[in-house]
Amino acid sequence: MAEETEDRGSWLAKTSESLKAKKKRELPNGLWVKCDECQEFIYQKELERTYWICRKCGYHFRISAKGYIDLLSDSGSFQEHFSEIISCDPLKFRDSKKYVDRLKQAREKTGLKESITTGRSRVGGHPVGLGAMDFAFLGGSLASAVGEKITLLIELCIDYGMPLVIVCSSGGARMQEGILSLMQMAKVSSSLAALAQKRLPYVSILTNPTTAGVSASYASLGDIIIAEPGALVGFAGPRVIEQTINQELPPGFQRSEFALEHGMVDMIVTRGELRSTLIRILDFFQKTTRLWERDAASQV
Amino acid sequence: MATDSTWLDFEKPIIELERRMQDLKDFGSKESIEFSAELKRLEHRLAKLKEEIYSGLSSWQKVQLARHPRRPYTLDYVESICSYFVELHGDRTFRDDKAVIGGLAEIEGRPIMVIGQQKGRNTKENLYRNFGMPHPEGYRKALRLMHVAVKFNCPIVSFIDTPGAFPGVGAEERGQSEAIARNLREMATVPVPFVVAVIGEGGSGGALAMAVGDAILMMENAIYSVITPEGCAAILWRDRARAPQAAEALRLTATDLHELGVVDELVPEPLGGAHRDVTSAAATLKEALLRWLDDLSRLSTEELLSRRAAKYRAMGVFERG
Repeated sequence: MAEETEDRGSWLAKTSESLKAKKKRELPNGLWVKCDECQEFIYQKELERTYWICRKCGYHFRISAKGYIDLLSDSGSFQEHFSEIISCDPLKFRDSKKYVDRLKQAREKTGLKESITTGRSRVGGHPVGLGAMDFAFLGGSLASAVGEKITLLIELCIDYGMPLVIVCSSGGARMQEGILSLMQMAKVSSSLAALAQKRLPYVSILTNPTTAGVSASYASLGDIIIAEPGALVGFAGPRVIEQTINQELPPGFQRSEFALEHGMVDMIVTRGELRSTLIRILDFFQKTTRLWERDAASQV
Repeated sequence: MATDSTWLDFEKPIIELERRMQDLKDFGSKESIEFSAELKRLEHRLAKLKEEIYSGLSSWQKVQLARHPRRPYTLDYVESICSYFVELHGDRTFRDDKAVIGGLAEIEGRPIMVIGQQKGRNTKENLYRNFGMPHPEGYRKALRLMHVAVKFNCPIVSFIDTPGAFPGVGAEERGQSEAIARNLREMATVPVPFVVAVIGEGGSGGALAMAVGDAILMMENAIYSVITPEGCAAILWRDRARAPQAAEALRLTATDLHELGVVDELVPEPLGGAHRDVTSAAATLKEALLRWLDDLSRLSTEELLSRRAAKYRAMGVFERG
């Protein structure tokens, strides 16, 4: 426990630097931010200290992929892999805008190359394969490059015998790559079957929102599924459901708490507790792995 | 039965001409008048009209054909293709989902496990079948039957025809996402030959949840898409009326999917679509199914599974930048 406290202390300091959330609702002077949920004005410096959680209502502001990587990883341990895998435009898709232009814009806006960042990291000393999605990049959508990066990450975990951790934040499959995006659900799920056969743990962390194609594939396949409080978690979008059944949805429908109540997630963990919770889970799985090895050795 | 209103607008000139020819024939035989010259002329016109209409179908017209109220559905194909079918029911957990059917079947004397999504032909049937939109228990029923198939080393044939997984409160409460995700993962390692036939509408994750097989066959006028053209138009164009444009952009026709490498075989339909000659459409599909089942049955389980893993591993188009 002492170790953990010390450890937490060290990353607490650095998170204030690195947890750069989207600044959408920031006031002009950049000092105050309005809470999306309770409309309270909060001093930005304070939000940075509290992992972008509203002190009044507990609302979790959306944070970036980098924010989660820094939040979860041991200081300086994350090494990005597979950043060379990027989206192209296989369908020559064009709606009101060209897909290639949307990609270019998303890259400029976020400074990211794709909606997921993947790599090797350490969490409480445990080596892990870590992926974090970023909603700011085309709604965190799942496309060919995203599926490929996750698959490569899973293969990396298999090669090194590491657990897999994915932070999900996505509205689903990317329409601009049509059927190829849909097939990524099958591709990643198939790779997860291979990971499961190696008995390597997979922890899935659901943040706001995790819906549609991502929810109906790897987000729901964790050995352990953790959700942040109040996150929208579900298959169909609430508006689609409302239109289909032609009635208003009950309050709290498809939020993390609803998902927990209906048995879809293991636990709800506030952002401040995510890292320590993840470390406890990884500790446990490492012990089970060791015990399996020891038992196997004693039987020879 | 289906009424006149169930013909599509672009089919109507053909249907009308066919009807005129039929009337002429009936009248001729009743009154013993010879109309052969006139009939021959009309026959020629009909052939030309069909050629004109069907050779240049747009993606949107194919969407309409895929959703045609007269189109053969899963049970129509099963009846036509299989010499034996015993339907099995229920997910053993919550209830029997009527949007998904499955059971023990025989094709040319050989046992297969059939699963498929089932639409209804009229309002009453559609209410019963929930318009072919499965709840989680439908996917769980399909998975249960896959497990039975595995236990008895029986190949699986899955018929795909759904607008999508049902978006509803109960579906969410009972884990629509989990049901689909679990099927995706389980299908990757089902150790028996698994052939998928997309016969009508392949509606996104709701279709995929029963479609991760060794071979994906697709009927010529079927569609398979990440989202409905209407849904895509509503989001990207902010206008559902732009669905025809979205259908084009999404590349959702059988030809498109074959070109993109997602579909292994394009199964030709009778001119005008499977509904114009169900027997012949089913016979063509049966031939293709048998061929794939034969080929896949020759593989060892390891070969089968590594081939399947490689197939899905290779899905997607991206760059290395």
